[in-house]
Amino acid sequence: MIDKLFTYLEFPFVRYAVIVGVLIALCSSLLGVTLVLKRFSFIGDGLSHVAFGAMAVASVTGLSNNMLIVLPITLIAAVLLLRSGQNTKIKGDAAIAMISVTSLAFGYLLMNIFSASSNLSGDVCSTLFGSTSILTLRSFDVNLCIVLSVIVLIVFVVFYNRIFAVTFDENFARATGTNVSLYNLIIAVTIATIIVLAMNLVGSLLISALVIFPALSAMRIFGGFKAVTVFSAVSSVICALLGMLISILFGTPVGSTIVAMDALMFLICCMIGKIGGRG
Amino acid sequence: MSTDLIVCENVTLGYEGNAVVENLNFSLIEGDHLYILGENGSGKSTLIKSMLGLNPVMSGEIKWCGGLKPTQIGYLPQQTSIQKDFPALVEEIVLSGCLNRIRFRPFYGSKERSVAKSNMERLGITDLSKRCYRELSGGQQQRVLLARALCATSKVLLLDEPVTGLDPMATADLYSLIEELNKSGITVVMISHDIEAAVKYAKHILHISENIFFGTTEEYVKSGQGKMYLNVREEKELDR
Repeated sequence: MIDKLFTYLEFPFVRYAVIVGVLIALCSSLLGVTLVLKRFSFIGDGLSHVAFGAMAVASVTGLSNNMLIVLPITLIAAVLLLRSGQNTKIKGDAAIAMISVTSLAFGYLLMNIFSASSNLSGDVCSTLFGSTSILTLRSFDVNLCIVLSVIVLIVFVVFYNRIFAVTFDENFARATGTNVSLYNLIIAVTIATIIVLAMNLVGSLLISALVIFPALSAMRIFGGFKAVTVFSAVSSVICALLGMLISILFGTPVGSTIVAMDALMFLICCMIGKIGGRG
Repeated sequence: MSTDLIVCENVTLGYEGNAVVENLNFSLIEGDHLYILGENGSGKSTLIKSMLGLNPVMSGEIKWCGGLKPTQIGYLPQQTSIQKDFPALVEEIVLSGCLNRIRFRPFYGSKERSVAKSNMERLGITDLSKRCYRELSGGQQQRVLLARALCATSKVLLLDEPVTGLDPMATADLYSLIEELNKSGITVVMISHDIEAAVKYAKHILHISENIFFGTTEEYVKSGQGKMYLNVREEKELDR
């Protein structure tokens, strides 16, 4: 079995997949705590559907590079969603639901009308579940992914204390002179970037799992923000690696295997938490 | 003669063009213990925001004097639902009060850590510093947030209904703690419904309703407005 693994790892596309998978898992876990606690769990879902719509536009217009159109559109949607969160005419969750179903429907409609390939449901399925796209990455995608992940990591580390303050108590942070809207904007842009990156790995339906599960698992065991953040990053990377290895060895779909690993990790953490007297 | 820290002159407060409070005049002097009373919807929250410099006044002027900036007011907001299950250590939360001290640096230095440490000592929560915030009792949580507020200020604390949801023991405990802080030289502004506590602890009272009262506690007890509210309370007690 180990031999088989090493044979596979000799293929560059498998190595690409592993590198990208680990980076995405790392980035997506970082803002999980913030998202769960700010009741933004579904912004991931909403944005991923926007990204699905954008991807449909990209594939219909026959653009060779999906990322270049998907990323800006998703970023704009993230900023708009956040704006609408402050303006109470349409409440945050309703706005997310509205944008997400609209782009889902619109994307599918586009793909259906202007279908470029003969295997429409296959295309849709792979965008929704990310079944194969991570194994078809080209070096440009890999480089873009590495650059964006590094930027996300740096932004997170540099603004760590501010993100904590803004998440824990927006009112206090604002009152003591922190520019809360700026940091909320930074958080939104970072999230949008992560979502677009993660769509390659698990597809747009399973993204929330990648963002939310590591944070929830970590919160079962740990009580400190730093500990929770570090543990969710570690557990996310472990789950992604395990999931990818299993899917390579047994031919299971990559995205769902990783999410299954995340769910398993959550169960284990629940049990540890129960024994340890938390949760 | 004590120095003024915040002066409100002929202030009209409101939002979206609707005035909530008109002709508000009061001043906060150094070392004061001011209670701001008033029913829900009377404009207390709007006044807090304006005192913190977050909400522009519709007319009149709020002046911050004596070297006080609006961002140097130690604010204790009402607890939000997010905080109830937030995974954070006590020391992480207290330290976050130092955010306005580090300006453009990304991380806290040893100076901020020692400020946080001394404020935890001051409020007697040093032994809780490695505990998880969500596992503390309501009274302990308020102490943590007070320590955080003290990290952000050395002069003024602004507390927004801090005893809400606390049991009588914890309430009494928190009141005496705030009284101690006030005696040690910190100016305290308290937003409250608790007239009894106001009469007991306050030096000045600002009562916002249709008639605005501002004066010392003695004056308040003798005033028509004060008598009315104190009588309501006594009648309620007789009913029990």
